[in-house]
Amino acid sequence: MDHGSMNMQGGPAPADARDPHAYSNGLTLESGPYALPGPRQLRLSDEHAFGSVLLDRLERVYTKDGNATAYDAQAWFGGTYDRLVLKAEGDVAKGKLEEARTEVLWGHAIASYWDTQLGVRQDSGTGPDRTWLAVGIQGLAPYWFDVDATAYVGGAGRTALRLSGEYELLLTQRLILQPRMEVNLYGRRDEARGLGSGLADAAAGLRLRYEFSRQFAPYVGVEWAGKFGQTADFARAEGQRTRETRYVAGVRLWF
Amino acid sequence: MPPLRPFHSPLPLVPARRRFVRGLVAGGVMIGLSPWLRAAAQGLADTRTGAAPVLSGTNIDLVVAESPVNFTGTPRMATTINGSIPAPTLKLREGDTVTIRVTNRLREATSIHWHGIILPYQMDGVPGISFQGIPPGETFTYQFRLEQTGTYWYHSHSGMQEQTGMYGALIVEPREADPIRADRDYVVQLSDWTDEDPMRVLAKLKVQSDYYNYHQPTAIDFFRDVADMGLSRALDKRAMWNQMRMNPTDLADLSGATLTYLMNGVTPAGNWTGLFRPGERVRLRFINGAANTFYDVRIPGLKMTVVQSDGQNVEPVTVDEFRFGPGETYDVIVTPREDAYTIFAQSMDRTGFARGTLAVREGLSAAVPALDPVEWLTMADMMGAMDHAAMGHDMPGMKHDMSGMNHGAMAMDHGQHAMHGMTGGAMAKPSATVRHARTEYGPSTDMRVDMPRTNLDDPGIGLRNNGRRVLTLADLRTIGGPLDPRGAEREIELHLTGNMERYTWSLDGLEFGKSTPVHLKYGERVRVILHNDTMMTHPMHLHGMWSEVETPDGQFLVRRHTIPVQPAQRVSFLVTADALGRWAWHCHLMLHMDMGMFRVVVVS
Repeated sequence: MDHGSMNMQGGPAPADARDPHAYSNGLTLESGPYALPGPRQLRLSDEHAFGSVLLDRLERVYTKDGNATAYDAQAWFGGTYDRLVLKAEGDVAKGKLEEARTEVLWGHAIASYWDTQLGVRQDSGTGPDRTWLAVGIQGLAPYWFDVDATAYVGGAGRTALRLSGEYELLLTQRLILQPRMEVNLYGRRDEARGLGSGLADAAAGLRLRYEFSRQFAPYVGVEWAGKFGQTADFARAEGQRTRETRYVAGVRLWF
Repeated sequence: MPPLRPFHSPLPLVPARRRFVRGLVAGGVMIGLSPWLRAAAQGLADTRTGAAPVLSGTNIDLVVAESPVNFTGTPRMATTINGSIPAPTLKLREGDTVTIRVTNRLREATSIHWHGIILPYQMDGVPGISFQGIPPGETFTYQFRLEQTGTYWYHSHSGMQEQTGMYGALIVEPREADPIRADRDYVVQLSDWTDEDPMRVLAKLKVQSDYYNYHQPTAIDFFRDVADMGLSRALDKRAMWNQMRMNPTDLADLSGATLTYLMNGVTPAGNWTGLFRPGERVRLRFINGAANTFYDVRIPGLKMTVVQSDGQNVEPVTVDEFRFGPGETYDVIVTPREDAYTIFAQSMDRTGFARGTLAVREGLSAAVPALDPVEWLTMADMMGAMDHAAMGHDMPGMKHDMSGMNHGAMAMDHGQHAMHGMTGGAMAKPSATVRHARTEYGPSTDMRVDMPRTNLDDPGIGLRNNGRRVLTLADLRTIGGPLDPRGAEREIELHLTGNMERYTWSLDGLEFGKSTPVHLKYGERVRVILHNDTMMTHPMHLHGMWSEVETPDGQFLVRRHTIPVQPAQRVSFLVTADALGRWAWHCHLMLHMDMGMFRVVVVS
């Protein structure tokens, strides 16, 4: 017995791995002896589509310079391995959309805990809109970290990289502390949108929610956000802060 | 059914129940009013529970329809057979040819599968495999000859109808005197009920697979462990699970957070009662007709002598407790002498229980035990025969060379047996070489076990060393030995697989829709090895043919129709392919079956 090659998760199949159809002797679900006539009738849930909309953050944001409403949602529709994924994140202040990122992606499972995502991203809000092609990976890293990393290619040679991560720390079965971080980097400056090249902004937050049910959980939290490099310069030129502490109160829900 | 599963549901603003519902005392029963009057008054009769009517003879009519129930305080519609939960107990006689007409008064197709009964495949009742199903308004006539005796059951094999009430006992009485003598004879059918739409339950698990698990490791548990065992051991206890993204409390997909546990269709508060006179031998025919629940059954104060398993008589073995999963049956004999005893059936995940009473008269009850503590799965449940203690505390990456380690006996033993095979040919003993399928190396699985446990004397998580004598597969010996004295001509190895995070279940990493049938040559004797690459116990039910479980040494143990395979365990059994046709083979946890842990078997 070869114990040296032990690996319980993932990895490529060895060349001598068993053929899962080896016992079929050429028969299929639709054909062969005693098959019912016509197309296959028995379809179980592995061939059905499911879907969900998660509002991970729907919150009121309180800062020294004023208040805003922020949202961060992800919806999916499809099967176990291939899904249509929608992501939407943005801020609304004084009735005006300040900043919004909306993505439409094809999510495809490539490993036990990882999906690739391919699609488009549209930025809107202050400044001209930007459209990007998006290539990313989303999943669950060891030790239960939710990770989302996406690279973007836009017009005029623009590139961007967005990394975000979340963790769910169960204090009790219903009281859950959610640390969250996010980093945005850009390949070249985009003055019209106030973005410099390199590390543009980063945020790290802690949200404490109570799950009245799995699907409905109000929370309070605090988030530290910063702008860096040229992006910070642009912000200072506009008279904005480059570091701020935000207090948030909101609700996490899905259906 | 349309390909689109709806996911519209009002947001549940009501807190999920922390404790399981013990239910209404009345359950679905409405006493004092003729069902026909009620039907006239309300359009529908309430579902009868607690005392399934008994139907016998060779001509039986069953009607499938919706009928109201109220187990929790919230009225719901159930799918019932002849208006009762459980469905009527069919008392049939060995050797008889029975004609059972099933009329469908639902708005969707239905079916009835006779679980464990050996019959022609066209009568097996799996829509899309054995027949077309029973469309609304139509009657299907089942006809088959009873070639066997014992305790069995029947249930819908369509959609989620089994979860919503379509299950009943089927007893085949021997033509000659029953070798199992008893003064009283009760069916004790356990099941589970949810007020939710079962499809909605599945859709929720698809979004969040731990939705119903309120026994998850928390920070508070961690600090308690730090206090009890020190920081380093508390971290060790969690390292492997967290690194692998597996949950040590993942014992059941559904829990008391949504389920109400029923005994003969009666809630724990309703307290189903079976009467006896002190000193009588009472036969209890336990049937697990639940859709999703493994039960741990005991009767405090009484020894239970197990005399039958899956309808087949076994050499009597006396125990305090047994675990059984959906699809399995055990007949036990008890000899009560006191006034009252509680029949206590706690769910494997310890989130609730079904309960009834054996008593000398109605209205009595005995103490109801507390639920046993929740136990985390162990390394043996995750990794099989590997000896965790010998591995030390650091397990960097799970990829290290283990040649110098002590593997708790089993895996190595087998390697040696395979080499020193004494009795007969290469097929005398089940192969110990693990052969994962190519399709297990992808997103459909979350783990693979390279060194499975093959010992059958493990009662399983939550029952080990609990101070009670708990039945295991290794205790069972079918009287009379195997039906077919031949050894296996070949081996079929199938792996039970899944990915909890994605909530998908499969065999060899392939869900039903991507699978091809397993072909058996008519008349051949074949060995099947089921190898569990998941952390859950799966009750695997092969239709149409018996599964003759053997020891790791290839010695016959017990004839079954449903075989529970524990986490990281490898169980082998022999099958004689003597039943032409197409048959279903699946995990009897309904949601696992529905997510694709299902194969077609073709015998030709």
